[in-house]
Amino acid sequence: MALLEVRDLTVRFETPEGEVKAVNGINFDLEPGETLGLVGESGSGKTQTALAIMGLLAENGHASGSVKFRGQELLGMSSGELSRVRGSKISMIFQDPVSSLNPYMRVGDQLIEVLTHHRNLKPKQAHQRAIDMLERVRLSDAEQRMRQYPHELSGGMCQRIMIAMGLLCQPDLLIADEPTTALDVTVQSQINSLMGELSEKSSTAILLITHDLGVVAGLCDRVMVMYAGQEMELAEVEAMFKRPHHPYTEGLLHSVPRLDQEKSGILNAIPGHPPNLLFAPQGCAFKERCRYAFEACHTRPEFEWVNDTHAKRCHLEQLPDGASDRVDPTVDQEKLS
Amino acid sequence: MNEVRHPKDAFEQALDTREVMGRSLYVDAWHRLLKNKAAVVGLVVLLLMVVLVLVGPMLSQWDHEIPDWDHYSSPPSIDTQHWFGTDALGRDLFVRTLIGGQISLLVGVISTLVSLLIGISYGAVAGYFGGRVDNIMMRIVDAIYAMPFMFFVILLMVIFGRNIFLIFVAIGAINWLDMARIVRGQTLSLKNKDFVEAARASGARESQIIKRHIIPNLLGVVIVYVTLTIPQVILVESFLSFLGLGVQEPLTSWGALVNEGAQELETAPWSLLFPASFLAATLFAFNFLGDGLRDALDPKDRF
Repeated sequence: MALLEVRDLTVRFETPEGEVKAVNGINFDLEPGETLGLVGESGSGKTQTALAIMGLLAENGHASGSVKFRGQELLGMSSGELSRVRGSKISMIFQDPVSSLNPYMRVGDQLIEVLTHHRNLKPKQAHQRAIDMLERVRLSDAEQRMRQYPHELSGGMCQRIMIAMGLLCQPDLLIADEPTTALDVTVQSQINSLMGELSEKSSTAILLITHDLGVVAGLCDRVMVMYAGQEMELAEVEAMFKRPHHPYTEGLLHSVPRLDQEKSGILNAIPGHPPNLLFAPQGCAFKERCRYAFEACHTRPEFEWVNDTHAKRCHLEQLPDGASDRVDPTVDQEKLS
Repeated sequence: MNEVRHPKDAFEQALDTREVMGRSLYVDAWHRLLKNKAAVVGLVVLLLMVVLVLVGPMLSQWDHEIPDWDHYSSPPSIDTQHWFGTDALGRDLFVRTLIGGQISLLVGVISTLVSLLIGISYGAVAGYFGGRVDNIMMRIVDAIYAMPFMFFVILLMVIFGRNIFLIFVAIGAINWLDMARIVRGQTLSLKNKDFVEAARASGARESQIIKRHIIPNLLGVVIVYVTLTIPQVILVESFLSFLGLGVQEPLTSWGALVNEGAQELETAPWSLLFPASFLAATLFAFNFLGDGLRDALDPKDRF
């Protein structure tokens, strides 16, 4: 049985302008210990998918469908039950580590609180466990950091603390929502390698939300590409990078800047803008921006399996040859680090 | 995956060189406050005032109730040992001013604490849960606001008799409304902060979030409001006493003393001068301190 089974997950937001269809019936499974990357441009519904799983949608948001965690339905769970799952079995790391920590509490107290709350540890045991965890995320002088306040630490240190907090109770699933976006590049690569190392050593499954394809190549086992609240492609990382089956994935891979690129200074962006999610897209959501669009695209393509591990939502049998021969961020990742 | 290095940048190394205890934002604010001269003067005046009203009455040979039969309405004098003079009944004004100060400060502090306790919990709950709960709770506040305060106090006095604790209750019961509104507004903005979301994501219960994350972050605003509420409460008490509804003889307060002094202004001006200056000094000190606290707790707003 999969650790996490998401079926037909749909998220709607009531706004004065109308109903925003943020996530439109997505499906995926996450196996224990697996790292799944969720990529897509801003507004494609990645974060809302994660928040819906956690039951943390904004007040005007509503999730339907099914999210089963170890066979237990999470949607519609009471807040009391949810708060037992959150933090102990599923935990989440947010984009901005500095503002994710309470500015008026010592870092140590915030860590200890998670343990005393979920594991009923005595403060002394919890203190030791917290220090051990800070050392595991390679934070220097852990004992000293415990006594400090968030504003006295750098962004990278705060993100290490958030990761430590997420892993304190040895959760089965860690959701990381763009954990490195707010950090500068060198710290990003440190945090990324830390995450990779932790996911290899522990049995925690990771749902990694990002729009950095390099990070996906380095960390993830499988990757799901989202667009306009729908899944466009789902595959193992290498297969996806070697041979994308969806024009959008191809466009994303194509738009990654490369060191060996000609110095024309122009990025290969996908033309156009994502659709307005106030209106449900007719047919394929990507057709307006797709260079291969044809008549069939006026009907919405099904999400179908190309082979055992690779699925796509596109009418094209396969992308024209040579479309993706130049893209392979795995190479870049190795060059950069 | 390449090998993970453990970099120590300059910042971390600088921190390594000494034992770090961590300085909270409140400690930082305290240090900023100490740099503000007006606020420090206010703080010192208040501390002196508290010591004086507590210790002062013991220094004098006179009692605040027992008249000195030899001196009615006598002016301040070293010889008679009536340093601030006496009132029309021959009671020593120095002692009475300090006893009055005890009562006024007590009313100010206790009433404010009462309003603090009710206001914070009420406002934080209303703001945090929002929606319908918030609506109902704040309409109740509005309804109480609409009741005429003086009428309310007079009614209380008439029904329960004149009692100093009733004054605490009456003033506190009115003042918590403002506190609740302020706290609610702050909570509304706090509850959408990332760290509250993060706390929820790590499984904290609503009550824990309010207690551990919302309220400590409110304290800055609350402290400022408290230093501005205490003088306001002292004034309200003075006003009540001035109307004859406040503290009853032979006990007294600054308001009551000012009232008596005003009636004897032409014959014995000192009986107005001393209690009035003590009252004014205290109010000034509180306001300076409150101002300084506001600057210290929100350094961004100063520039």
